[in-house]
Amino acid sequence: MANIPPTVARQAFRSCSRSSSRVRTPSRCLATLPQSQTGRRTYVSETKPANATVNVDTAIRADQKAFLNQTGMRAKDATMPTTGMSADAMMSPAAGILKQATVMDEGMRPIYLDMQSTTPMDPRVVDAMLPFMTGLYGNPHSRTHAYGWETEKATEQARKHIADLIGADPKEIIFTSGATESNNMSIKGVARFFKRGGKKNHIITSQTEHKCVLDSCRHLQDEGCEVTYLPVESNGLVSMEKLEAAMRPETMLVSIMSVNNEIGVIQPIEEIGRLCRSRKIFFHTDGAQAVGKIPMDVNAMHIDLMSLTGHKIYGPMGIGACYVRRRPRVRIDPIISGGGQERGLRSGTLAPPLVIGFGEAARIANEEMAYDTKRIKYLSDRLLSGLLALEHTSQNGDATRHYPGCVNVSFAYVEGESLLMALKDIALSSGSACTSASLEPSYVLRALGNSDESAHSSIRFGIGRFTTEEEIDYVLKAVKERVTFLRELSPLWEMVQDGIDLKTIEWSQH
Amino acid sequence: MSVTLPRGDTAFQARALYRSLLRQSNQFAAYNFREYAKRRTRDAFRENRHVEGSGSDGTERTVQELLQKGLKELQVLKRQTVVSQFFQLDRLVVEGGKTGKQKGDAGGIVRQKDTGWD
Repeated sequence: MANIPPTVARQAFRSCSRSSSRVRTPSRCLATLPQSQTGRRTYVSETKPANATVNVDTAIRADQKAFLNQTGMRAKDATMPTTGMSADAMMSPAAGILKQATVMDEGMRPIYLDMQSTTPMDPRVVDAMLPFMTGLYGNPHSRTHAYGWETEKATEQARKHIADLIGADPKEIIFTSGATESNNMSIKGVARFFKRGGKKNHIITSQTEHKCVLDSCRHLQDEGCEVTYLPVESNGLVSMEKLEAAMRPETMLVSIMSVNNEIGVIQPIEEIGRLCRSRKIFFHTDGAQAVGKIPMDVNAMHIDLMSLTGHKIYGPMGIGACYVRRRPRVRIDPIISGGGQERGLRSGTLAPPLVIGFGEAARIANEEMAYDTKRIKYLSDRLLSGLLALEHTSQNGDATRHYPGCVNVSFAYVEGESLLMALKDIALSSGSACTSASLEPSYVLRALGNSDESAHSSIRFGIGRFTTEEEIDYVLKAVKERVTFLRELSPLWEMVQDGIDLKTIEWSQH
Repeated sequence: MSVTLPRGDTAFQARALYRSLLRQSNQFAAYNFREYAKRRTRDAFRENRHVEGSGSDGTERTVQELLQKGLKELQVLKRQTVVSQFFQLDRLVVEGGKTGKQKGDAGGIVRQKDTGWD
């Protein structure tokens, strides 16, 4: 009795009291309780909105109940003979079909693993830039008012941060629009300056340089310079003997990049610098991939010119810098002439938000280098060991003199571009972003002496400050699955499994 | 923006700062920044765990400097998490979420309809 709700009890009490004219025992009154719950007995159904409309939910429930009574099975367990769907789906299509669908609640955005092409901007960098995009909008070259002074102060501070990162003097940093402009400025500037003197006209560079260095050299060849494109060893390193042999009395410039953008090999910059200094040759290095990631010191490494960029060190795009040594002075012919900003080497108004963002990125990179290096090394080892555990995979480039954030791996018997298509949920690239539109194999990998097939089947993984362990594990799992899948499709893989050496096959010409 | 340390000894202040940094880090909408902020906070406090505040005058100063640095990071976090929340993007494929088929009637899985992609 205790668990009868009070309303029911009250109703029962009322109905008992109403029929008190008739003689009735209390026990009988209690026996009619279940009836009294459904209301009074009427001969005409009650008029209310709920009875006039068909409630879908209740209708479905009633159908299910009827189904259960008739067949003795629950509707969702029964399979209808004609469609193969459950009886549930026949009664309420929406519910039934949704049950067939796979729930996809994960995000759709791919994982970013292409840190060699660009890096996400650090929130701390954005935070430093925002005031200069909103309130502090003065021209840093304006000397006549406070708006100019405050931006100038901040840009000079940024210049100092960048100089500290590479061990230079702030006056030796020239802001440009990016590493490509810095490379052009250095190579063409030095060559054109020496051309006026008319004595030296030889440039040495390597075959694995970035396109903008190679193209600048090609351009200078048309202007009458001589260029030596040094071949590299199979591990990607420049051989010191070959470099020394290529030097001539009329050599004016050696341009070797510090860290390769495709294979991540670290060149022996210090040795090259020392050799160049002893021969009185200017040494230019493209440090876009190296600065902020590995320790660089322009004085210890005897670097005369260096290209830097903002967007590879978690800074903004569209800003770079060129280090131009003052003692001994490197004279260059400016490409851009104008108002004489930046010591007259690169005229044009500075972009304070970008410069300050670059400076802040450099400061953070300097401060966090030890932490980031440790972290990236850990993730890189995890990724590399997982990838090399697959059969017929190999790492490109030297295994020890190697920046860990760039992992370039060849997957034999898989076409690189098709693997990239299969790995749509991971943002990757097979080489530099500049050449990613063309399908030809990477010239850097060809320069290492790799075969066309091997160069075609390689993929570059870039690990950065914001990469997480979960992402690496996801990538490993995805690569493992899809490489296996693509190899299963390939007839060549079948032959390899049968033990046929692919080099012995004579392909018929069509 | 009112970002101040509570009154009390430096150990208490450090713990309060740690908690608010972690709580604020969680507010990043972007997965990579969120994970980085949490990891960096944790590692930075772990790294400086043995810096004593009560020792000679030198260490007292180090603790104060570290606390001020953390406070500055907290201010940056407060601003940048708001920016991050304004410009939200779709989630990454690695970010957790419910997957698989819904079984039974409980309806435990919340479905999301992706629109605007392919």
